[in-house]
Amino acid sequence: MSAKKVTEATAIQEDKASQVLREIMAGDPVRIALSVLLGFIIGAIFMVVFNQDVVSSWSQFGSDPNYALSTVWWTIQDGYGALFTGSIYNIDSASFFEGIRPLTETLRFAAPLIMAGLGVALTFRVGLFNIGATGQIMMGLAGATFVSTRLHMPIILHMLVAVLAAVICAMIWGVIVGILKARTGAHEVIVTIMLNYVATSFFTYLLREPNLLLEANGGGTPKSDNPDDSAKLGALLGPEFNLHYGVIFAVLAVFAYWWLMERSTFGFRFKMVGHNASAARAAGIKVENTFIWALAISAAFAGLAAANQGLSVDGGLTASIEAGIGFDAITVALLGGSRAGGVVMAGLLFGAFKAGSSTMQVAGVSPEVLGVVKALIVLFIAAPPIIKAFYRLPKPSIKIVESAQKAKAAKVVK
Amino acid sequence: MKLELRNITKRFGTLTANDNISLTLEPGEIHSLLGENGAGKSTLMNVLYGLLQPDEGQILIDDKPVKFNGPGDAMAAGIGMVHQHFMLIPVFTVAENVVLGNEPTSKLGGLDLEKARALVKEISDRFGFEIDPDAKIQDLPVGAQQRVEIIKSLARNAKALVLDEPTAVLTPQETDELMDIMRGLAKSGTSIIFITHKLREVQQVSDRITVIRQGKVVASPSPKSSASELASLMVGREVDLNVTRKPAKVGAETLVIRDLTVLDDRQHQMVDGVSFTVRDGEVFAIAGVQGNGQTELAEAILGLRKIHSGSIQVAGRDLTKSTVREVLEAGLGYIPEDRKKDGLVGDFTIAENLMLDGSFGPPFANGFQIDFANRDRIADELIAEFDIRTPSATTLVKQLSGGNQQKVVVARELGRELKVLVASQPTRGVDVGSVEFIHEQIIAARDSGKSVIIISTELDEVLALADRIAVMYRGKIVGIVDAKTTREKLGKMMAGIAA
Repeated sequence: MSAKKVTEATAIQEDKASQVLREIMAGDPVRIALSVLLGFIIGAIFMVVFNQDVVSSWSQFGSDPNYALSTVWWTIQDGYGALFTGSIYNIDSASFFEGIRPLTETLRFAAPLIMAGLGVALTFRVGLFNIGATGQIMMGLAGATFVSTRLHMPIILHMLVAVLAAVICAMIWGVIVGILKARTGAHEVIVTIMLNYVATSFFTYLLREPNLLLEANGGGTPKSDNPDDSAKLGALLGPEFNLHYGVIFAVLAVFAYWWLMERSTFGFRFKMVGHNASAARAAGIKVENTFIWALAISAAFAGLAAANQGLSVDGGLTASIEAGIGFDAITVALLGGSRAGGVVMAGLLFGAFKAGSSTMQVAGVSPEVLGVVKALIVLFIAAPPIIKAFYRLPKPSIKIVESAQKAKAAKVVK
Repeated sequence: MKLELRNITKRFGTLTANDNISLTLEPGEIHSLLGENGAGKSTLMNVLYGLLQPDEGQILIDDKPVKFNGPGDAMAAGIGMVHQHFMLIPVFTVAENVVLGNEPTSKLGGLDLEKARALVKEISDRFGFEIDPDAKIQDLPVGAQQRVEIIKSLARNAKALVLDEPTAVLTPQETDELMDIMRGLAKSGTSIIFITHKLREVQQVSDRITVIRQGKVVASPSPKSSASELASLMVGREVDLNVTRKPAKVGAETLVIRDLTVLDDRQHQMVDGVSFTVRDGEVFAIAGVQGNGQTELAEAILGLRKIHSGSIQVAGRDLTKSTVREVLEAGLGYIPEDRKKDGLVGDFTIAENLMLDGSFGPPFANGFQIDFANRDRIADELIAEFDIRTPSATTLVKQLSGGNQQKVVVARELGRELKVLVASQPTRGVDVGSVEFIHEQIIAARDSGKSVIIISTELDEVLALADRIAVMYRGKIVGIVDAKTTREKLGKMMAGIAA
């Protein structure tokens, strides 16, 4: 079979895949909010059912029902209260300045999720199931780590070069996916999964080799030197806070994404290909090239997330610095409906989960509950009938316009 | 068997697709159901076939109420449906297809094909179908495949047949044969519901006609009514079925196609050494039964499909190896045969769809940024000029009716500077009112000196618009004739018999 034929055959299958993607993304904000709410409700059930106090109090439900019910209430309040304290505002703190610290932590955790999430969101809009952010972040980390530990430059310039290196390395990884898809018809899901493995192992290999990225006097553990201070993302609000300049990059990335998708002709063509590739082809757009461009730009956003991680560490980094961001990015993009504003909101929510999980643990609630909530939210968004059945939402009535139209047409006739 | 639909109402959300419709089918009667796309014909038939449950009303067979929970119930009650798209397995024989799902078995439980063959032969002989039970479906012409579908229903003792737009895929001769078959079936007591929007056929074959408009029965005209009377009932106002036009003022030969050969995705030769020229100011129609290479020809002209050999020139410029974008920029406008697949992005607004191929430069783009002011201004102008009935330019295209969707495509293509317009099935699935309008626009394009190609399987459309007619059969042009050629002669050419 010729390469051309392969692309045409896969195009049909992709139409189905991107149909699913479109349906998920078409989720209106109300439905997403309801999914989040339902996720929290089920998370609360988890907290209650697996809590020792509650279980023992319910064994005495007959003699003291008030006590049993109040333990349920207090468990939920403690759990989600700790999440609030850990991620938004600490009421117990001495000053406002100190109290707001959890919010800055949320921002710090949200920044890379938002940047990587925007990357995944972009490919979703083009109709591609891209799950390669992990690999792209790994390659970005390799670039950033090389520049920040092996090259020495003046302050600010060093940081900018390191960020650029992360972006370019990630883009190369994205373009490989695009070219394989455009030229051979290889499906991006398979390619990105496999390239994730390659990139993770490659980065670890670099960290292991003394002549490459292994720290000076390093031993068996794959770990890099501490980045030069000149290359680090500086503190944004002074030394009391961990928040650094990565969040500024995130804000810039959000605006760039918004302009690209909502204002530019590139975004218009991206969306056209995502919604109807054959109409795009008939409108003179080279669909295969669009895939390559989309994957390249998408990877650039992942590269920013990599720079955020690699240039904010104290004392060397290992591959674990990726911290599951590449995978969470998929969830963030889905939850955010692949829109700039939505991705910001979803990124903040997931950032809050990360920031609040330690305080939840202190309050005696297993932070894995948040993992369940996260997963359930996405599950509900991906399976709209569940949410519709749960809240008894009415079926959408698209035909309104048409019947209004017929009424109008009837008037014209008279 | 007497079949009656009594006071059927079916709602989808706020839309009432069937509003209190009653319909009676006497034994041995051909009852035509006439209505535009979206009038509610398909919904009514899906209710009859058990695919949808009515919100109100009931179905009666021989005056006894029945309830169908699925097509199985309807078939068991003696109702057969021949869909527009055949439900046949191409690599199976006729006999195998006919018994599929209802196979006769031998004593040991094996498939008894002998019984199946005998059954097909018996039905085929009784009605003069001339179908060989051992022929593979893929080797049969479309008309014969349709007869296999009818045999399938008759083999299950159908007493009432529903034929859904059965002539859409047939040549005029095959259509005539089908009409004969329908009369024969009716004479033997089988009743037929004939769904169509082609007025000529309704006049030829009906015992009774019911016209549906916007979900309601609006009239039961006599079968002797004239075509324009029927059309007016269907649309709800006076309709002029004739396209008025001045004689063509032809100019230079702008589109020149030489020895064009095009392959389809499976490497079959779909266009086979086709040559023709189209002059400015004329409508050149390509007629033919669907699937004889017209689609591939249109795609090749646009640059969507690779050209195997031969050449295409527009205004002296060679476009044989050009990309779609280059072809569009050379001044070619394209109305695809499947607007939902190739012409529109349903989830985009009207304004966005009107700039679909214009994102590379002015007036829609200003550098890398979309010029929203221009986009919205042009959208408002085109909506007014092309009479697109919509609440606003920001309405999603998928929410428009078929006719208005097609007007969006026509507006986009005619809204820019063109030399050549290629219109493939320009009025398929479009209401009669919009057909009129789109035909006027095509003639206006011709009168303003553009070269126009119409690719249509509807002979009426070809005869209404064309100045010259080429007929395609199995990838070749059978002949190029003038517009005064008779329907009979064109019909023969469509079956491959050279003039």
